[in-house]
Amino acid sequence: MPDPIDFNSWTCPLPLRDYDRIVIGHGGGGKLSAELVEHLFLPAFGHDSEAELHDSATIDLASLMAGGGFGGTGSNGPRLAFSTDSYVVRPLFFPGGNIGDLAVNGTVNDVAMSGARPLALSTGFILEEGLEMATLAVVAQTMGQAAKEAGVRLATGDTKVVDSGSADLMFINTAGVGVVPEGVDIRPARATPGDVIVVSGNIGEHGIAVMSKREGIEFGTEIVTDSAPLNGLVEVMLEASNDIHVLRDPTRGGLAASLCEIASAADVGINYEETAVPVPAAVKAACSFLGLDAVSVANEGKLIAVVPPDSVDSVVSAMQANPYGRETTVIGKVVDQHPGVVTARTPLGSTRVVDIPLGEQLPRIC
Amino acid sequence: MCLAVPGQITEVRDEQGTRMATIDFDGIKKDICLAYLPDIEVGDYAIVHVGFAISKLDEASALETLKMFKELGILEEELGMEEPEVSQ
Amino acid sequence: MKYLDEFADPELARSLLDEIRATVTKPWAIMEVCGGQTHSIIRNGIDQLLPEQVELIHGPGCPVCVTPLGVIDTALEIAARDDVIFCSFGDMLRVPGSKDDLFRIRSAGGDIRVVYSPLDAVKIAAENPDKEVVFFAIGFETTAPPNAMTVHMASKQGLKNFSVLVSHVLVPPAIEAIASSPTSRVDAFLAAGHVCSVMGTWQYGPLVENHRLPIVVTGFEPLDVLDGIRRVVAQLEAGEAKVENAYTRVVSSEGNVAAQKMVEDVFEVCDRQWRGIGEIPASGWRLSERYREFDAEARFGISKLDAPESELCRSGEVLQGMIKPHECGAFGKECSPRSPLGATMVSSEGACAAYFQYRRLEGEPVEVGVA
Repeated sequence: MPDPIDFNSWTCPLPLRDYDRIVIGHGGGGKLSAELVEHLFLPAFGHDSEAELHDSATIDLASLMAGGGFGGTGSNGPRLAFSTDSYVVRPLFFPGGNIGDLAVNGTVNDVAMSGARPLALSTGFILEEGLEMATLAVVAQTMGQAAKEAGVRLATGDTKVVDSGSADLMFINTAGVGVVPEGVDIRPARATPGDVIVVSGNIGEHGIAVMSKREGIEFGTEIVTDSAPLNGLVEVMLEASNDIHVLRDPTRGGLAASLCEIASAADVGINYEETAVPVPAAVKAACSFLGLDAVSVANEGKLIAVVPPDSVDSVVSAMQANPYGRETTVIGKVVDQHPGVVTARTPLGSTRVVDIPLGEQLPRIC
Repeated sequence: MCLAVPGQITEVRDEQGTRMATIDFDGIKKDICLAYLPDIEVGDYAIVHVGFAISKLDEASALETLKMFKELGILEEELGMEEPEVSQ
Repeated sequence: MKYLDEFADPELARSLLDEIRATVTKPWAIMEVCGGQTHSIIRNGIDQLLPEQVELIHGPGCPVCVTPLGVIDTALEIAARDDVIFCSFGDMLRVPGSKDDLFRIRSAGGDIRVVYSPLDAVKIAAENPDKEVVFFAIGFETTAPPNAMTVHMASKQGLKNFSVLVSHVLVPPAIEAIASSPTSRVDAFLAAGHVCSVMGTWQYGPLVENHRLPIVVTGFEPLDVLDGIRRVVAQLEAGEAKVENAYTRVVSSEGNVAAQKMVEDVFEVCDRQWRGIGEIPASGWRLSERYREFDAEARFGISKLDAPESELCRSGEVLQGMIKPHECGAFGKECSPRSPLGATMVSSEGACAAYFQYRRLEGEPVEVGVA
């Protein structure tokens, strides 16, 4: 019989008592992933469990140049941002793209979400023995093109080959560095009651595109991945406002996971209008027949911005003028009620709690 | 047990003695088994559960039901029922 | 989506709610016995929008939640075998057994595959002749025809490496059990539309006769559920008790005869354990004698694993509407969606899991668009 659990706060240093092995859900971007970081990695790495968790780390440049170390987390001077992500998508090729697109755009976006201008990526390949050279070549070329479009350099890399059967043909890790301009302070904890929440376009496309090719689930669709570099979009947003509070790219776990993480990090409530969230008809249909919720489906070319009310108009106009933000819409706001909890107003006028997905999104029958 | 959604039959074919179809849900296409609906045809709507069409959707009946709901609303207006605040 | 979106129209929903409000004069407790209906109610916040006198009790309508622990344990044991490819609907993967769940078995090396349709499992069996392929055939009557056809096809194809672990449950016996219980507070039932699209509505006549309770068959979109509730309330207020079909675009009184015939051939009635309720006689289906060679329990020689439920779990009382989830001592403590103790916390349609989310809003005024 497990000890009584206080469901309001996961007190540390509790071990991950529920699992003695890693399960697929730990990589799903939802609660299980967050727990893994909070209860296993952070303590092991010697970090304060209160430490802010967001997509990239920053190093204060002035402090660095003066021979110092990381610098305080409160620094507003120019900072170096760096981030890493690994790409293990299966299948490697999906409608509209391949793992190479994700590997470049994903990390470019991670870096950009802290307001940084991405400069360069490193690329680490873990290849399965037997992988076709032609496949690798296509992926590499895709990465080259994506880097060019994003305006970043693929600066350094590494390749390892493992036994057949271990690597699902190909895993890619990319780490990115960028520079956060002076005065820019973008992180989840900055979400403040009264702020407006904006999304840069249609949600659910990437996850559905990938799922349409999954064995046992396949279906025909015109939906393609939305994988895209968002650093250009972020730049025009920063020009429009010097006080953007939060930027987040809703990848694994979708819009729901990102909003829940922001609400939790800033200890604020979030409320959004379901009817305001742009979901393409085909994504709705796929979610309908599989029993998925579009707000929990991954995106690879969209961002969420949390913006103070007086900046909304200028930010939204700037976004809509950019090729990657044409369908930008306001979807909700940050509130001081129900801190840490995200709610959605349904078309019928009722309110439902939106929870962070537990692990992998799976089709259901019931 | 109940997740089943309506889609339109766009193609019917025989696969090794079993009647199969392509069904279209707003642009999503899926292969499904039609064995339980021997009389259904291309253009009809069917309710699909775990890859099987289990019932034909009666379009006339659907429209009747919606009409009935609309009439309910009109009736209430006529009886002067209090309109609750409209949600934005 | 056509024939879905129209049935979610907020204006028409308001009309239906107004009608319910105008008709109701006394408190009534209505139970839905369908996970799909429960999902729709929670997803659309229907219980928030109804007048206070109308209480919705979430019944044992999710086949995932009511699958006994012993069956889950059997599934896990089979799935853990080296020579087995275990195929299942996504719903079952997270359901914990006494010690493990399918995710954990997968991480320990088990070959577990999520399928959308049981036909995918047969395909996998044909493509992997050197492995034993087992399909976890759960569900209410809606899923039985697909599962039956699958076994029938495997038989036709002469597949020697395919078997099914069956745990089918039936709605009418569950309604009978709940309606017969002396502590039941249920005044009327909403019957499951897709179950009835297969079975028809004729089975509910005797239930209405014996218990003098209205039973209305409904669909799953907001307007369908609201219309079902409207009809139930109208009957209750008028002192009536009859079977009504509010899902006429999909359900007929005789149901899908071809599907019923196949089910009669492949399955036979048996007693079943319902998690949280106990054994309900003649409330399930198992493979018939003709198809017994495809039975996974027989093939793997696993006799019914008897797994005791948590003593703390009071899901049986929740399922019958006798207590509300937060009145259970384990709620939010030993039992949560993350580590569920019983049927009603296991799936997001379970009453306890749903309540769990509302609790997070506790104390805060919930904005409701309709007064």
